[in-house]
Amino acid sequence: MKNYIQLNLSLLYWILIAPFTGQFFKIGPIFRQMVFIGVRAAPMVALTAFSVGVTLAMQAAHSLESLGAEMYIPDLVMITLLREMGPVLIAVIVIGRSGSAVAAELGTMKVSEEIEALEVMAINPVQYLVVPRFLAMLVMLPALTIFGNYIGILGGWAVCTFALDFNTAGYILRALESADTWDLYSGMIKSVVFAWIIITISCNAGLNVEGGAEGVGQATTASVVQALLAMLVMNAVLTGIFFFAA
Amino acid sequence: MTELELLGSAGWQPVLPRPPNFVIVSSFIRHSDFVILIMPADATIIEVNNLVRRFGDRAVLDGISFNVHRGETLVIMGGSGCGKSTMLRHMIGSMRPTAGSVRLFGEEITGMKELEIERVRLRFGMLFQSGALLASLTVGENVALPLTQHTNKSPDEIEQIVKGKLEMVGLTGFEDLKPDEISGGMKKRVGLARALALDPELLFSDEPTSGLDPIMTAVVDQLTLKLTQGRHMTAVVVSHDMTSAFRIATRMIMLGHGSIVAEGTPDEIRNSPNPEVQQFIHGRADGPIPLNVSQEEHKDLQHVRPRPFLGARFRFHHKHT
Repeated sequence: MKNYIQLNLSLLYWILIAPFTGQFFKIGPIFRQMVFIGVRAAPMVALTAFSVGVTLAMQAAHSLESLGAEMYIPDLVMITLLREMGPVLIAVIVIGRSGSAVAAELGTMKVSEEIEALEVMAINPVQYLVVPRFLAMLVMLPALTIFGNYIGILGGWAVCTFALDFNTAGYILRALESADTWDLYSGMIKSVVFAWIIITISCNAGLNVEGGAEGVGQATTASVVQALLAMLVMNAVLTGIFFFAA
Repeated sequence: MTELELLGSAGWQPVLPRPPNFVIVSSFIRHSDFVILIMPADATIIEVNNLVRRFGDRAVLDGISFNVHRGETLVIMGGSGCGKSTMLRHMIGSMRPTAGSVRLFGEEITGMKELEIERVRLRFGMLFQSGALLASLTVGENVALPLTQHTNKSPDEIEQIVKGKLEMVGLTGFEDLKPDEISGGMKKRVGLARALALDPELLFSDEPTSGLDPIMTAVVDQLTLKLTQGRHMTAVVVSHDMTSAFRIATRMIMLGHGSIVAEGTPDEIRNSPNPEVQQFIHGRADGPIPLNVSQEEHKDLQHVRPRPFLGARFRFHHKHT
């Protein structure tokens, strides 16, 4: 825990204070990480979000049909995706794909003396390795969440249009009427917090690996488990805050 | 150690005459002035005083003291587990001692914070036993890394320097290969080129010739001699390769039982009456140096690794009790 807090303090220093002392972070590595964390995860996010949208619509149809309330299917798909399923599901995918990769990559660098070599070359590992990944995750997870929301709503539309005799305009109008901007913002706030949690836990696990290949494997597993638990607990906390604050 | 700063001209020569017996050690731009750093030709670069490092009850280093002067090549040797790597890690500031002091360029580094020690680290290079190249970068990008991070040189200038350094280690044309596409010996030579990228005043080498063929060993040795004799660079080399050690060393230290067993010039070491020294340099199986590390010692040695990563700026002291 001490290392995790120190890593966060270091990150804040390199992002908020160091640029004012002339120590700027480079843009190129951030874009490379954005491609790895975000762009390459897009197909997986799209497939998952579409499946969830389809599933939500079908489950909603099954339950609401008995109440004669099929017209609320777009509302349910929209609200569920924007507020909960979108941020959480995309975060789960990013933890499994990108978080574990970051922990394994940094862990391998640690056991092969690359991190120590950076330190001896007077290159700060947090500035050089963690800051680009952190900023890339902070941008790309919310972006992926918005992208996933769109695809999920598209999945709901597919069910409503092809199986339930909705027309496209009706689906869109109903979906837009049901949600307000706060639904989107609350999902985005969750997404940014999840991004922070995922990348700092993954980097911390990687940078503190000990014990060779076995240690890398253990750290990678630990990073996934810890990030998942922390993300789900934080989701409950944030939902509670939004629920009681609203 | 006395360091002086002289105002220089555009040709990197001091405006005022350089005092006798002083050598130029580095030059840099500060507030649009050319500053040239000079120091006595025989200045003390490293001062290790009564260094103690304990892991549990066992002292891996127990009161070690020595100095290294400018232009010297100090070879540190000793059997496996005798504390050579621990010694080296204390000198580069990767580990903190239980007691004692390590001064580099006149500055005490044992209590330094991370940002302070980075300033000192800019003045030395380190060749790791494995090369420690960044696997995600090409050979050229690895050598260029210190230049891109610490200088304002243009990409063309950096490219020229990288080509020059790779030529020095016999790897011209290897710039675009990844580390996993070259052999272990080549990685080590790239590591040497990277360590020399900023033209350091001091070079630390951990087993620089292990894994190299005899010809490339001679090339690396010649390069070390050229840098120490021609450019007043100082070198500290941890080595098991006795042929190479006797070729490059101006002074040698043998570690054992946590302390210095023998110290002297290569001739003094070669002719030392100490049976441990004779056993080690002649590679005899029988002698006073124990062949096996006891289970208890082995357990202690598991702790001989770099201090855990603790962030950068906000680093707590790592304590062993």
